[in-house]
Amino acid sequence: MKNTLKKENSIIDEAISQDYKYGFVTDIEQETIPPGLSEDVIRVISAKKGEPDWLRDWRLKSYKNWGKMKNPSWAHITYPSIDYQSISYYSAPKEKKELKSLDEVDPELLETYNKLGIPLQEQKMLAGVAVDAVFDSVSVATTFKEDLKKHGIIFCSFSEAVHNHPNLVKKYLGSVVPMTDNFFAALNSAVFSDGSFVYIPKGVRCPMELSTYFRINAANTGQFERTLIVADEGSYVSYLEGCTAPMRDENQLHAAVVELIAHKDAEIKYSTVQNWYPGDKDGKGGIYNFVTKRGTCLEDNSKISWTQVETGSAITWKYPSVILKGDNSKGEFYSVALTNNHQQADTGTKMIHLGSNTSSTIISKGISAGKSQNTYRGQVKIMKNAENARNYSQCDSILIGSECGAHTFPYIDVRNPTAKMEHEASTSNIGEEQLFYCNQRGLSTENAVSLIVNGFCKEVFKELPMEFAVEAQKLMEVSLEGSVG
Amino acid sequence: MLEIKNLCAAVENKEILKGINLNVKQGEVHAIMGRNGSGKSTLANLIAGKNNYSVTSGEVYYKEKNIAAISPEDRALNGIFLSFQYPVVIPGVNTTYFLKEALNAKRRNREEEEINAADFMRLIKEKLKEVDLDETYLKRSVNDGFSGGEKKRNEILQMLILEPELAVLDETDSGLDIDALKTIAHGINQYRREDRAIILITHYQRLLKYAVPDYVHVLMNGQIVKSGGKELALELEEKGYSWLEK
Repeated sequence: MKNTLKKENSIIDEAISQDYKYGFVTDIEQETIPPGLSEDVIRVISAKKGEPDWLRDWRLKSYKNWGKMKNPSWAHITYPSIDYQSISYYSAPKEKKELKSLDEVDPELLETYNKLGIPLQEQKMLAGVAVDAVFDSVSVATTFKEDLKKHGIIFCSFSEAVHNHPNLVKKYLGSVVPMTDNFFAALNSAVFSDGSFVYIPKGVRCPMELSTYFRINAANTGQFERTLIVADEGSYVSYLEGCTAPMRDENQLHAAVVELIAHKDAEIKYSTVQNWYPGDKDGKGGIYNFVTKRGTCLEDNSKISWTQVETGSAITWKYPSVILKGDNSKGEFYSVALTNNHQQADTGTKMIHLGSNTSSTIISKGISAGKSQNTYRGQVKIMKNAENARNYSQCDSILIGSECGAHTFPYIDVRNPTAKMEHEASTSNIGEEQLFYCNQRGLSTENAVSLIVNGFCKEVFKELPMEFAVEAQKLMEVSLEGSVG
Repeated sequence: MLEIKNLCAAVENKEILKGINLNVKQGEVHAIMGRNGSGKSTLANLIAGKNNYSVTSGEVYYKEKNIAAISPEDRALNGIFLSFQYPVVIPGVNTTYFLKEALNAKRRNREEEEINAADFMRLIKEKLKEVDLDETYLKRSVNDGFSGGEKKRNEILQMLILEPELAVLDETDSGLDIDALKTIAHGINQYRREDRAIILITHYQRLLKYAVPDYVHVLMNGQIVKSGGKELALELEEKGYSWLEK
């Protein structure tokens, strides 16, 4: 994996260091523009994507705002400062270098795929090997698309949505995460590459789990992904983001924005498995993942549920949140964050209660191994008009070894006396007694650790769609390899 | 099957075992009795391979092999079973799953096929009856929320399913009422066979009434001070331990 990335990086470096031959604004064929960020660059991006003026202006406004903002420093993470002028902001929809067979793929990566039990054809797709026409993610995807169309569901890339459903995009873009929200959201709003758009019409229950996986070949979403999901009145959708397998990825910095909107009686369930390159054992390399995810329960009786399993990235900075605006609305956050070696994760949620009888549930499980730092940061805010709001929070941490750290920062802000709050927290070590007990029953220490950790995460895994849950368990095993003994 | 020669062991420089000699053959049941702190649990843990003791001298042979360098899991895979005095809780790990994993680890080690889910369910339901546990137990996490008696019965259940060759039962009778005690004894007698051996570690004689040993040893201050037949247990019941003190 490491080698692959290095190789990839050098290919990219080469590409970037070449002189830019074609000038700025005119050429739409060019795949990569030189590093650096300016108004011109944003105009180029917008022009290349053939965007309408309003979106270009929105990007430019975001860029201006971003220029006034500072890189946030409150999180419990350290990393060298990022030179935003050294990044190329338009590299999609560049084709990945296509390999001819699995023999050309890094054996270490293949081994991981095998451990995760990923079928051969999927391995090819993930590793960027040309997939033969017989196999069928494409035709499967087509079948699904027809089925979705029948229900009036829109599920397409963000760029397609801008062209085909401009009114919907215009109405909801930035309505949950305003461009001024934070440094990384502002950056994303200025330069976002692509992403997914979902619209579920009134009263429709989406008949399948929607997964970016089905569009894996359709769009290379790149490092500044933008996702917008709208569930209209009385509708339901379950959306899966990511994939348990490590993907080839050349970009070090990722700053995505996800916005969810649930109308009256609607429900959105959003599940993520994030397994990006975490860097090597010495903490070299790895993805910086700065994501802004937020949903709004816009009207009464709506529900938004986030489930995340975070095992990848060198740095994770992520707080999927819910604004509980409608009365009786519900917000949920189920999280497993695992860090090993030199990984750093600062993740949690915000539950903002505005409506009456709103309720939120937070279950966070942090696992730290190696020399990693794992932080839960969560905020529960009960506003003045939120009568009878309820929150239940449970934050558990488990430590493997003595060189890692687990930290919990719960912020609670209650402005209405009728609120009911419950908070539980625990930190424990994987006990020698537990390990010895498992060993005595014939289980190896490595198996025992994965068993204990999976047991620890059970409350979260049970929220994941079935097949995802099975993969997530295997992923824990792979991610913890070498953490004991 | 198990031969312990002049075993001395310490925890944090405190000497606990001071020259234990014990020879356990196939088909035999040995009871080791003694007061709290006499070194009984240390001996049990050492046989299972727990590594927070330092063996200062002496050897432990299992199936005629010195097992000093063998890991706890390999000892387990090769037939040594320890019924824990204080079985640990593993939250979120389903008991059925845990037991199936353990059994399959043993099967893999013997290069046998793994047991399938249906056969395993049949096996576990049959053994549940032996230890008087109901089927709701299968849905619970390992030892999580179990009463003292349930934990001990769970240990015996695991023994019946894993079918070890040498079972060391560390105070499996402590804290049990008479019915539970009889259930445990029944489990032990079910397990007892010509090609297996059992070491029963206990304070009291009462378990030995139902699970009758071939030999009884008295452990005191890290040494076996007296050995005899099953009648020794009755003598201890009557006289206590003090008459054996030097």
